[in-house]
Amino acid sequence: MHVLIYVPLLVPVLAAVCARPLAERLPPRTATWLLTVSAVALAAASGAALGLLAMAAAMRLPVIDSLGGMSLAAVLRLDPAPLPLGVIAGAFFLTAALAAVRAAWLRTAALIAVRRQARWLSGDGQVAVVQDDSADAYALPGPRGRIVITTGMLAALSEAECGVLLAHERAHAAGRHYLFTALARLSAAANPLLRPMAAAISYSVERWADERAAVVSGSRLLAARTIAKAALAAAGAPPARMSTAGVLAAVPSRAELRKAGSVPRRVDALLCPPPPRRIMLLLLAIALVAAAGLAAFHAAGDLHAMVEFAQAAAVS
Amino acid sequence: MSDADHRAAGAGARRAAGQLEAAALAVLQSAGSALTPGQVRDRLGDDLAYTTVVTILSRLHAKGVLTRLRSGRAYSYAPVADEPGLAARRMRGVLDAEADREAVLARFVSGLSPEDEQALRRMLAAQQNPEA
Repeated sequence: MHVLIYVPLLVPVLAAVCARPLAERLPPRTATWLLTVSAVALAAASGAALGLLAMAAAMRLPVIDSLGGMSLAAVLRLDPAPLPLGVIAGAFFLTAALAAVRAAWLRTAALIAVRRQARWLSGDGQVAVVQDDSADAYALPGPRGRIVITTGMLAALSEAECGVLLAHERAHAAGRHYLFTALARLSAAANPLLRPMAAAISYSVERWADERAAVVSGSRLLAARTIAKAALAAAGAPPARMSTAGVLAAVPSRAELRKAGSVPRRVDALLCPPPPRRIMLLLLAIALVAAAGLAAFHAAGDLHAMVEFAQAAAVS
Repeated sequence: MSDADHRAAGAGARRAAGQLEAAALAVLQSAGSALTPGQVRDRLGDDLAYTTVVTILSRLHAKGVLTRLRSGRAYSYAPVADEPGLAARRMRGVLDAEADREAVLARFVSGLSPEDEQALRRMLAAQQNPEA
């Protein structure tokens, strides 16, 4: 087999490294689309490459040759993938396929469970307030995208801040963000190398909704403050107070933020101006993923040509 | 089991109908979610017939104590009077059962590490005192 077949297997490694920087540098909406389409394409291309390697190696088995009307001598002359490599690739391929089916099944079951329980939420409006002292808020998956807010969260936020929260959750529903995260998880289940990409997609849909909330509320500062306050309230931390210690403490440095979880990074992103479009960066990322896809196509053509050659050799 | 035993059990069930209704209601009130008759029967623990549980639940529904929704081929039941926090607990019940729960619901804010908490406090403080 041509060496190109290994490209779809290597690009996910590169993507794992690039995913987070891309999610932080590109406008969140662009980043979400780019990363999700890439994750699905790379999961498919790497799966195809594994399957093709396994099939090419299987051509070395006399049983397969007689079944496919191929000449073993011709196959050996073509030197397809070595048998041990084919066995490993086949095992990976089957594991990936099973993991993807299992993830799809679990996700569907969870969606059905959420939908069933959602029917018991009070009221018919988009927003449902539930009696619960712990602060929490979330959007349910689905096109209706109901928003659930606990009384604890309402108590922790001012009226303007509640507006930010609602705008954020409405953006999730309107943008069908649950589809992006579902596809991300599915891709990562099929190819664990894509897990950093799935994490980056989760981050960038939150950023997408944050940016939307900042536009709707008209203040990036207000949006940033809301997320910080809500996160502290949800963590069960006592309400953030202005203290003298706070005045003296320095704002977290860039290095600290790099190591921080997603919430401080989201707050920081809102305190900075909105990320600019970076066409070159975007094109570079698209080219990389396209290369993986083309390499998989090429390998498929390769295998097809080998089979035809071996079949012709058997006939003559 | 003899016929006499069957009759005795039937009579017992009739006598205990009121108690059974109360027990079924208690099961539904303490459940984290709406339940099907089969699930109610399992939680009641007694060796009740499925049809008995269906009868109890439909009687409670007729009295207006329970609401019901079709779930698959059966109905599932939940108490009408939503005791405070029940809806929240039901939803959390779904979440706890789901390993991938953070991904299913679009949460406004995810968990914080102690370092994250410190960073957020400092960011909030800096915002409130821009000159600092």
